[in-house]
Amino acid sequence: MENYEPTVVAFCCHFCAYTAADLAGTMRLQYPTNIRIVRIPCTGKVDVRFLLEAFEKGADGVYVAGCLEGDCHFLKGNFRAKKRVALAKRILEDAGIGGERLEMFNMSAAMGPRFAEVAREMTERIRKLGPSPIKRPKSTAHSAERKEHRV
Amino acid sequence: MIIAEGKPIKEILAMIDDYDKIIVAGCKGCVTVCSAGGQKEVEILSSALRLARKAQGKALDIKEVTLERQCDTEYLEPMREYADQYQAILSLACGAGIQFVAEKFRKQPVLPGVNTQFIGVTEEQGVWTERCQSCGNCLLHQTGGICPVTRCSKSLFNGPCGGSKAGKCEIDPQIDCGWQLIYERLKELGLLAKLEVVLPIKDWSTSRDGGPRKRIREDLKI
Ligand code: SF4
Ligand code: SF4
Ligand code: FES
Repeated sequence: MENYEPTVVAFCCHFCAYTAADLAGTMRLQYPTNIRIVRIPCTGKVDVRFLLEAFEKGADGVYVAGCLEGDCHFLKGNFRAKKRVALAKRILEDAGIGGERLEMFNMSAAMGPRFAEVAREMTERIRKLGPSPIKRPKSTAHSAERKEHRV
Repeated sequence: MIIAEGKPIKEILAMIDDYDKIIVAGCKGCVTVCSAGGQKEVEILSSALRLARKAQGKALDIKEVTLERQCDTEYLEPMREYADQYQAILSLACGAGIQFVAEKFRKQPVLPGVNTQFIGVTEEQGVWTERCQSCGNCLLHQTGGICPVTRCSKSLFNGPCGGSKAGKCEIDPQIDCGWQLIYERLKELGLLAKLEVVLPIKDWSTSRDGGPRKRIREDLKI
């Protein structure tokens, strides 16, 4: 548990968060290496199935990062994503995984520092929550295994 | 179409607690259109069930399938190939489909994954409302195409009752008064005179009265 490093999957809209991540890099801002970015054409592409699948594949936390409200290039994509994230949170809660492991954020392409901040915020939140409950039964052996895989 | 709603995940988890190999069977008919039991709902529910069971430390093997329809024998047949390898079938079809699967597949329990609610329409994306209670003797021609059995909360045939207020029903102010709707529609059509005809007491023998109903068309039988 003390060596636990969470895996956090971030579904990032190409027009904002993904570009913001790029900017964060250019600005040489530090953000945790725990984040695995999946680029999507718009958060409107996000489906409840993708969010759950990320957890099934072993993510400890997931977030969706889209354009600022009112700025989606497809007008309503980020509002749709917001509702789907809310539904997926309820499903995760009912499934005993915990809805707080999933979140939605909004940012513009110019917000490199905000991207780094969100990455830190989510990593911290998931670190506090501990590994995903689907990994817990085999916790000790598993984290040792995981550590080996990482190096 | 038939409108249904997915059952709470916790209720389903309790139903399948004893099994570790199940089929989750969707239907491409009504329940796909009302987003309760189509392929997408099969995938989401299966994913949620697998996650929940993994979190409990009891793995669950799910075969995901979405059949053309569950209320016709021929579309159930393909499931025969693998059904025996599974301990239970969780069906996301309407109550009719679920029962038909249970009739045809005798070796394992068939469980309901949805609550079947009513016969209705898609009023707008994501909103479904009831329209017909399958009374077996349609009288829409007398009521301006608005069903008094369904749309009037009390199923009155010579409404409205005294509780209709500003076009809303006294049962619930969110619900339109069915008879107000009938009145407005008939007025629009210039057929208000129809309201002067007192509708006779309805013969409910065509409805649920005499037990489950059956329809036979000899000319179609093989
Ligand atoms: S099984 Fe039910 S939901 Fe599926 S097509 Fe038949 S009536 Fe519609
Ligand atoms: S009158 Fe009977 S058959 Fe016609 S819409 Fe109403 S419930 Fe359905
Ligand atoms: S284009 Fe960025 S969220 Fe739709």
